[in-house]
Amino acid sequence: MNDELKYLLGRTVQGKHSRRAFLGRAGALGVSAAMANTLLAGAARAQEPKKGGLIRMGMQGGESTNTLDPALAASEVPFAVNMTWGEMLTDVDPHGNLDMRIAEEVSSSPDAKTWKFKIRQGVEFHNGKTVTAEDVLATMQRHSDESSQSGALGIVQGIESMSAEGDMFTVTLASGNADLPYLMGDYHLIIQPNGGRDDPAAGIGAGPYKVVVNEPGVRHGFEKHANYWDDRIGHADQTEILVINDTTARVAALQAGQVQMINRVDPKVYGLLKKAPGILVHATPGRGHYVFIMHCTAAPFDNNDLRMALKLAINRQEMVDKVLGGLGSVGNDFPINSAYPLFDDTIEQREYDPDQAAFYYKKSGHDGTPIVLRTASGAFPGAVEAAQLYQQTAAAAGIPLEIKREPDDGYWSDVWNVQPFCASYWGGRPVQDQMYSTAYLSTAEWNDTKFHNEKFDGLLIAARAELDNAKRKSMYAEMAHILRDEGGLILPMFNDFVEGVSDTIGGWESDPNGELMNGRAHVKCWLA
Amino acid sequence: MHPILKLVTQRLALGLLLLLAASALIFIGVELLPGDVAQSILGQSATETALRNLREELGLNEPALTRYFKWLFAALQGDLGTALTNGQSISKAVGERLGNTLFLAFWAALFSVPLAIVLGLIAVRYRNRWPDKLISGITLSTISLPEFVAGYLLMYLFTVKIRLFSPISTIYSGMSLGEKLSAIALPVMVLVLVVLAHMMRMTRAAILNVMQSAYIETAELKGLRPFVIIARHAFPNAIAPVVNVVMLNLAYLVVGVVVVEVVFVYPGMGQYLVDHVTKRDLPVVQACGLIFAAVYIGLNILADVISILANPRLRHPK
Repeated sequence: MNDELKYLLGRTVQGKHSRRAFLGRAGALGVSAAMANTLLAGAARAQEPKKGGLIRMGMQGGESTNTLDPALAASEVPFAVNMTWGEMLTDVDPHGNLDMRIAEEVSSSPDAKTWKFKIRQGVEFHNGKTVTAEDVLATMQRHSDESSQSGALGIVQGIESMSAEGDMFTVTLASGNADLPYLMGDYHLIIQPNGGRDDPAAGIGAGPYKVVVNEPGVRHGFEKHANYWDDRIGHADQTEILVINDTTARVAALQAGQVQMINRVDPKVYGLLKKAPGILVHATPGRGHYVFIMHCTAAPFDNNDLRMALKLAINRQEMVDKVLGGLGSVGNDFPINSAYPLFDDTIEQREYDPDQAAFYYKKSGHDGTPIVLRTASGAFPGAVEAAQLYQQTAAAAGIPLEIKREPDDGYWSDVWNVQPFCASYWGGRPVQDQMYSTAYLSTAEWNDTKFHNEKFDGLLIAARAELDNAKRKSMYAEMAHILRDEGGLILPMFNDFVEGVSDTIGGWESDPNGELMNGRAHVKCWLA
Repeated sequence: MHPILKLVTQRLALGLLLLLAASALIFIGVELLPGDVAQSILGQSATETALRNLREELGLNEPALTRYFKWLFAALQGDLGTALTNGQSISKAVGERLGNTLFLAFWAALFSVPLAIVLGLIAVRYRNRWPDKLISGITLSTISLPEFVAGYLLMYLFTVKIRLFSPISTIYSGMSLGEKLSAIALPVMVLVLVVLAHMMRMTRAAILNVMQSAYIETAELKGLRPFVIIARHAFPNAIAPVVNVVMLNLAYLVVGVVVVEVVFVYPGMGQYLVDHVTKRDLPVVQACGLIFAAVYIGLNILADVISILANPRLRHPK
């Protein structure tokens, strides 16, 4: 079978082409309709999971300083590594629905304040112990106690009390939160024996694979946990994550068949790699976004007319095309897109409008001194180029921007959240509430736009405890309007996850929750 | 005391002092970087509470001087401590990484040093004729090519076009020597290309210098073959400068190959050090810095001793 036909077949089985389109194109390649149908049936059969083998992923985002302690996971490799050996109470599936993992059932009181998680029977840790509600309790305590360094501290802070009885883990919140089951799927909240208090970085969890090799910054090797409860995932006998931070080396490793999947394909080589034989390149729309943030409390950004002028002076489509190489979608100055549940797609898209921008700029009475925008190549990939594009489009509206390039080193401590106008990024969160609570609530620790709006805060708190989805959706839409028109956020683009996958891999699914199928591509896919 | 022994002892003592100075400089350098370990570990997602807790746990609230001396005394007792970032034992991690680095450096040196010297000798033999120009031309072009470009070119050639080697040079215990050598073939090639010219040119220049001497003329008049004159009569007198350059390049092979490590995903010291500098992981940076300084100082002492041994005039000072 020639490469093109193979490629078409792969795309069709993955739902990228319709069956009809496949038959048409196969015909153009000189394949009879009957033959094409047979091929398609065979390929679809190959979609049945196959067990065994070794799946290797080559990933950017690992350092020799990484630890297996889930509380401290921050970059891509530790995330994927932890998703291999660990499992949370819940998870979010690619369609945004709750996927029950260690918790089998969840129920709440009508005010969404008290939540009961029923722990699945017979789930076993890698050390042979059975997962109990006490382990869950200890885990949550470790992440929430006074001395915690956990990245999930913000999530578990709202918990008033917790208890474990039999197979039931109960959480009582200070105020209602309808999203709690989603929040329990946060990747830091991996259930560990005794909460990981004995040795947080032991890598002992209840996930589908056991840690065999742990060489941070080099490679992480795993073998199947024989007593794993869910046979729908964990098809390969062994899996390995190789840290390949160099983009060219990563692509070469995929082409040479050393690894079957890689993350972070450079948009510059996207077109070329797509043509390479035996390789599929997937661009998955996600929730991550690249932003320019203004402090609403600092002059001159404390003037909403100036903020509006700056929002109108950015050409979003041009940024998507040039900075993301078309692999993304335009933003609309609030951090939510269609990848979120309860997204309102009727909110009007803000366009580049130099005339309006000039109008608002004049109205703001700004004295015409250049506005300093800080950026760094580490703020997000292409942040320096994006700032330069912004400077050009703003100049067309008569707004002078001065770009100050900062070193990557110390950017997150000395510039972001400190300087009033800078480039940054957000990885997105599973639900709207969490995104807004993390960065736009007045009292949020990472309120990096210093946005204070009582109505917005009130809506956020009310929506959190609202169990009626229609009402909730309209509340979120109202919040989006407030933030879009009054906030300090300039959101030009949502970036796609761009990943390269060998055609020897079956079971690939597009997942907006995170890159490489939310860190589980090697766990959910199989060797076809 | 034998003069050579005395010299070595003096140099060693001086070396130790230098190491101490280096450790102080590294410490100051890392302290001067913006941000601290806690900030670097937690990154953008740092909250004030998490930062405070982590700083407390890592002992970052103590004054810098106290931390330095605490570290120094532990190091003197052979305890390099644990990495602040992931709590792994530094001695163990550094041990593995250093082993890998030395493995790569050894094989690169094994090919490059003899090759450079032989090429140097040939260049002298045919000086200003086409073999000399060809050798100089090729080696000078390979040294001018940035390492990563050479790496990518070889990778494209030998892994994508001809699937001879693996583009990833990760080695680990459990691999046989043959597998390991196949894995590091490409980085060794790149390193040989990079260090060849320097040593070759130095050999050539040093020997040419000696070739002006009267005794070489005598040898020529005796009717010796040109290559024998170069190898047997000129080269021994040119050893001192050549050894110095060889040692510098060996030191480079140990401490300066981070770019090659990144391109070929080789788990050596360079990548390890860079990762920890980024995270301000002081104990690791100190340990690596000390090892690198020790390699440099040690190889330089060795170079000095060899040049003295090779030169009877220095061997018997007045």
